[in-house]
Amino acid sequence: MKLKFTGFLMLCSIVLTGQAFAAPTIKIGALLAVTGPAAFLGEPERNTAQMVVDEINKSGGVKGQQLELIVYDTAGDATKAVNLATKLIRDDKVVAIIGPSTTGESMAVIPVVEREKVPLISCAAGIKITEPVKKWVFKTAQNDTLAVGRIYEQLRKQKLSKVAILTVSDGFGASGREQLKAQAAKFGITIVSDDTYGPKDTDMTSQLTKIRGIKPDAVICWGTNPGPALIAKNARQLGLKLPLYMSHGVSSKKFIELAGDAAEGIRIPSGKVIVADQLAASDPQKKSLMAFVKDYQNHYRVEGDHFGGHAWDAVMLIKGAVERGATTAESIRDQLEKTRQFHGIGGTFTYTVQDHAGLGKDAFVLVEIKNKDWMIVK
Amino acid sequence: MTATQNRLTIYSLFLPEEGNFMQKWNSMQFDQILQYTLSGLSTGAIYALIGIGFSIIYNSTGIINFAQGEFVMLGGMLTLFFTGLLKLPLWAAIPCAVLSSTVVGLLFERLAIRPLRQPTPINLVIITIGGSILIRGLSMLLWGKDTHALQPFSGEEPIFIGGATILPQHLWILGITMIIIAANKYFFYHTISGKAMRACAYNRRAAGLVGIDVRRMILFSFIISSAMGAVAGIIVAPLTMTAYDVGIMLGLKGFCAAIIGGMSSGMATVIGGLLLGVLESLGAGMISSGYKDAIAFIILLIILFVRPQGLFGKAESERV
Repeated sequence: MKLKFTGFLMLCSIVLTGQAFAAPTIKIGALLAVTGPAAFLGEPERNTAQMVVDEINKSGGVKGQQLELIVYDTAGDATKAVNLATKLIRDDKVVAIIGPSTTGESMAVIPVVEREKVPLISCAAGIKITEPVKKWVFKTAQNDTLAVGRIYEQLRKQKLSKVAILTVSDGFGASGREQLKAQAAKFGITIVSDDTYGPKDTDMTSQLTKIRGIKPDAVICWGTNPGPALIAKNARQLGLKLPLYMSHGVSSKKFIELAGDAAEGIRIPSGKVIVADQLAASDPQKKSLMAFVKDYQNHYRVEGDHFGGHAWDAVMLIKGAVERGATTAESIRDQLEKTRQFHGIGGTFTYTVQDHAGLGKDAFVLVEIKNKDWMIVK
Repeated sequence: MTATQNRLTIYSLFLPEEGNFMQKWNSMQFDQILQYTLSGLSTGAIYALIGIGFSIIYNSTGIINFAQGEFVMLGGMLTLFFTGLLKLPLWAAIPCAVLSSTVVGLLFERLAIRPLRQPTPINLVIITIGGSILIRGLSMLLWGKDTHALQPFSGEEPIFIGGATILPQHLWILGITMIIIAANKYFFYHTISGKAMRACAYNRRAAGLVGIDVRRMILFSFIISSAMGAVAGIIVAPLTMTAYDVGIMLGLKGFCAAIIGGMSSGMATVIGGLLLGVLESLGAGMISSGYKDAIAFIILLIILFVRPQGLFGKAESERV
């Protein structure tokens, strides 16, 4: 609550100073799920966006122009997101929008920005957002496809072909399940068991017992906290000795904290942010990653995660477009599309006319949990 | 040829080549079913404990307290609060958490239930729903939206029973549930207050006429059920983790258990809870995990349609 209030004050002061100086400001809107079920995405995203914009302004803005960030909380509600998007465009007259945080909201907002001709940089992962390519829509979060591909690649390398999947019955899980099934054949993998669990379930031993009976080579679980932590604990209880893979939805310290000892040995495809310090100095993303992690730590006293990173990338991409001379919605869109080799948090972005997701396979690394920390799987 | 003979022939047809396989399959299947049942029983015990909280209040006030799930949440969250922020050891944090949840229950009755001028059941039920939203909202503001894990009481090394495993925490759950049910039984049948509460359940007016302070008994029922809810929340938190919103689902499942048990605050609800847990677990393992929650609510609907007095109740049975 307090945070929200200070955020509000900060917003007020920015709005006021913006008017006082009457200098040319670039107005950026943000639709983020700061409260509600997707708050674990929206909160770090809001924090990060605010932090980055404040810093850009403190150091003189972009080409002498100050940025102004207007954040609205969608609470994860698609209807709200649509209304607020219209408000941002019509009343606040923003030239670009960051967010929304979830795939559902992003899909709902897309028709609005397409109609109003304002560029949108979504922070959600769903592949549908930028496929097929929509003229005004970009995104920074890594596609599920890439995460699934990363896991399957590793399994193929280890010659494990029989896989049991256990996915959560919400949007995130459904999308993961779809991708897991769609890509299996390409990597020579057979899905021998396909189970789900509810986002609020408290015991998954039944599903895991069934999986144990089927004897797969590996188990892939797709969900966000706390479900996967429970699954890790249940698997340990049952003495399940199979390699256990989780999705990038749990690549935060919170997962290790929740699952405790049961997290040991679990492998996760993740953005590089959680292993920033382990990356080789030659990694082109290293500089951005270290800057973001340190900055976030200083501001909010917690480690920056890759969700915040999506907003970092979005603000920086817009900054890049403005640096290249764009000031209007139209020109920002055009410049965004000309982004080449931008080394951000989520990966190295190269947008083209055919690709508005901009990331390649190298966006994900595979990490293993060892001694309550992440280790890059070589 | 009789059916048995027929089946025997079919078996013998397969036995020579696949006998070994069948045996293996059977033992595996047995282990699995044992695991489903054990998992189900331990989850069921939690449902039972929450369900009894529902029925105690129902029996003394005639209302369904939909805030019951929130006391389960409060138990877990307060224990975390006492161990985390105030650095109390677990054995000290647990009584503190139960006590504070009970105080919340007491305040809830005093401030929201008692002042009501027209205590019709529908008003009361809506108040409890409002109360649950309030408690949940306040907890979210106080403790944030994160999920937290609580330390298990005695380690995490699985215990093998046949081919199945359970955790020490499951034994704690089963044991504490049994103790609470026994204590409940004693309280309701062997103490004056307990008997007075039963009298209210039979007939509030008559109980009032013979000098029982009915309002006080209602307060008692809220105190007991919030304390029980909190205990349930604490003993399950190491297994299921806890967050500000865990009360909704656990509350609903407890409600199902109470309905199956016909709102009795004794063994019937316990059996209702265990049955629900086992059916859920078997259903998830053997039919489809997608239907796990559906199974619970289908059972609830069937019971409400076919036997609204509960699985074991006589129509118009005596309650408590």
